[in-house]
Amino acid sequence: MRIAEIIMAIALAALSLAIMYKAGERPSWSGEARFSNVGFGEDGAPQGGFWPFWVCAIMFVCSIWVFINGVMKLSPPAKSGGPYLDRHGVNVLLTVGLPVFLLVLLTDYISMYFSMAIFLFYYLFVLGRHAFILSSAMALVMPLWMFLFFDITMTRTLPKGVLAVEDGIYVPLGNFFRSLDGAMIGLCFLAGAVVLVAASMLSKRGEDA
Amino acid sequence: MEVLGLLLDGILIALEPANLLICFIGVVIGLFVGAMPGLGSVNGVAILLPTIFFIKQSTGSDAAPMLFLAAIYYGAMYGGAISSIMLGIPGASTAVATTFDGRPLALKGRAEQALVTAALASFIGGTIANIFFTGFAPPLASVALKFGNPEIFALMLLAFATFVGLGGDDIPKTIISIMLGLVCASIGFDVIEGEPRLQFFDLTGFSRPINFLVLAIGVYGVGEMLWTLHTTRGDTEMSKADVSLAKIKTAAGNTYREGWKGTSIGSSLGFFVGILPAAGATPGSLMSYGVAKMTSSKPDEFGKGSIDGVAAPEAANNSASTGAMLPMMTLGIPGSPTTAVLLTGLVLLELEPGPRLFQDQPDFVWPVIGSFYISNLIAVLVNLAFIPLFLWMLRMPFTILAPIIFILSTAGVYAATDSMFDVWLMFWFGLAAFMLRILNYPLAPAALAIVLGGITEAKLRQSLQWSDGSFGIFFNPFFDRDGSGSTYWIAPIIAWIAVILILMPLFQVIKRRFLRGPARPSHWQG
Repeated sequence: MRIAEIIMAIALAALSLAIMYKAGERPSWSGEARFSNVGFGEDGAPQGGFWPFWVCAIMFVCSIWVFINGVMKLSPPAKSGGPYLDRHGVNVLLTVGLPVFLLVLLTDYISMYFSMAIFLFYYLFVLGRHAFILSSAMALVMPLWMFLFFDITMTRTLPKGVLAVEDGIYVPLGNFFRSLDGAMIGLCFLAGAVVLVAASMLSKRGEDA
Repeated sequence: MEVLGLLLDGILIALEPANLLICFIGVVIGLFVGAMPGLGSVNGVAILLPTIFFIKQSTGSDAAPMLFLAAIYYGAMYGGAISSIMLGIPGASTAVATTFDGRPLALKGRAEQALVTAALASFIGGTIANIFFTGFAPPLASVALKFGNPEIFALMLLAFATFVGLGGDDIPKTIISIMLGLVCASIGFDVIEGEPRLQFFDLTGFSRPINFLVLAIGVYGVGEMLWTLHTTRGDTEMSKADVSLAKIKTAAGNTYREGWKGTSIGSSLGFFVGILPAAGATPGSLMSYGVAKMTSSKPDEFGKGSIDGVAAPEAANNSASTGAMLPMMTLGIPGSPTTAVLLTGLVLLELEPGPRLFQDQPDFVWPVIGSFYISNLIAVLVNLAFIPLFLWMLRMPFTILAPIIFILSTAGVYAATDSMFDVWLMFWFGLAAFMLRILNYPLAPAALAIVLGGITEAKLRQSLQWSDGSFGIFFNPFFDRDGSGSTYWIAPIIAWIAVILILMPLFQVIKRRFLRGPARPSHWQG
């Protein structure tokens, strides 16, 4: 843990320096020298790079402070003898962190709703060891609810990836739901809930048997 | 007395069946929009803004559409607490401080206590703010006008000082977290000169400041979930909160006994911070949390599930949201993003906000103020009625709740920003938050700093432009701002309190190094 504390402090210090360097950058058309914008201008007021530069300077000083605390074993993580990330931690990253990465990655290809459905099914069926019926019902109903809530009710369209074109899925689906009135949309939400309750009851009965 | 008569008339109009129904629908919509991570009161009010024409047409009154929008605003303020407590993700920046104690209470199996406290404190905060609003609107608006650039910068400094004061032993880590938030807020363009800056790798996604929600959902949605799975070894037992009328009654009693102090601090401080232009409910709720902790007889309970710790920020954010309406109605200056949208609503209804609104449009103003009281009452009742539903959510096994939180986070960020780049940023922030969290880095200060960053920088630079680069404008009451020789006390008093607050924990660390006292824990980690 102490080594991780020290490495993180060095990484943050390096990040501060990098941002300080970037903050001093002037646009190519201004023709001014780097770091000419981190001080006060002729009118006495701070210039554009002043704020990010000095904010990162403070961050740099604090990173060094954390570094010293780590070296001198003054902070709680530096005093702790345990590993930074044990086997369980690595497992969490691989079985949960990686699928979340894929959830975002697949959005660009198969649309956010399908990506969600796959993620839900994986998490519930494979990781959560829930019944097949419940996992599939959740993977079907949740994205549908999201579609009704975001795309139809709030008119915030979520990404459709390559399925955004005239694909025969979202366009007719959207047209169908948009032709319904508020009460019918409400009923659709309710129907989803009924499916979920039924699936959870069925899967419970399966477990009991 | 005249005011009371007008208010009573206004309340009676707001109580007419059609208006009551409008308030009810608005509150319910607001509650759900607020509870949804990624959508806050701004989204709710903005998306439903076009409905005002429909409402105006069908009711024939100017007040009814505003009643509807104000009801959504109120409902969303209550709703923000729900996701903070139940999921540990603040739905909006105003509810960040609610996670500090609301979440630990829920994890201890006392979610109903946190929800009831949040609802009741919000109600009292809202009602006290309404009374202030009714009684003192014009004089308070003139006080708010005295807050110029240096005063607002000093106030922001005080908000950051409160973070450091709350940061426990690891002061450098708290400061690093604040600075990370400030840097994220300064990405894109220089707010004053319009010059591009910090556009890393020339990516278009970096051509604007990083949205608060991207960081907050990354930290609290993805990061927090990974952290929970890591620390509980997968054996996560969500709180099995019990729901019965008796339990809710007990929770209300506890709120009355243990939360009155936080509620009163939140109600008064929140309202005052709310009326300041551009300050709003987020610094209001955070400062109230800080002050409630500092003045508490049991400060050690804060961060572990203190009732005062839920009551103070919740009372404050409701009180501040009413406060923010004051400069909007009396001066035409919005105090928060949501009131800016409400202001647009006023303009769309062809009403001219400003000092003359109260004189020229009493038929509009008083029913709207009356509806604040009614919406607030409806909101607390609806909220209490829905508590069983919210608790049912917690009964779900963690293996069902966790994937729902992950997909809500992804969809929420996209819904708020319309950009896949931001969804990726959210993921990387979540991963970084997880790595930093293991090393005890507090992350709430970063989430709050990203909200306040833009305005802090703008006010600092505008003030320094005014003073020709001298910091005396913040700290010296005799600093001659305009050549008139007048003295200005507000900014120096606030700024010096901030400096003392920042230095105090530093002195304590130094003192302890020599005297070997006990270490103080951080109160940021939920």
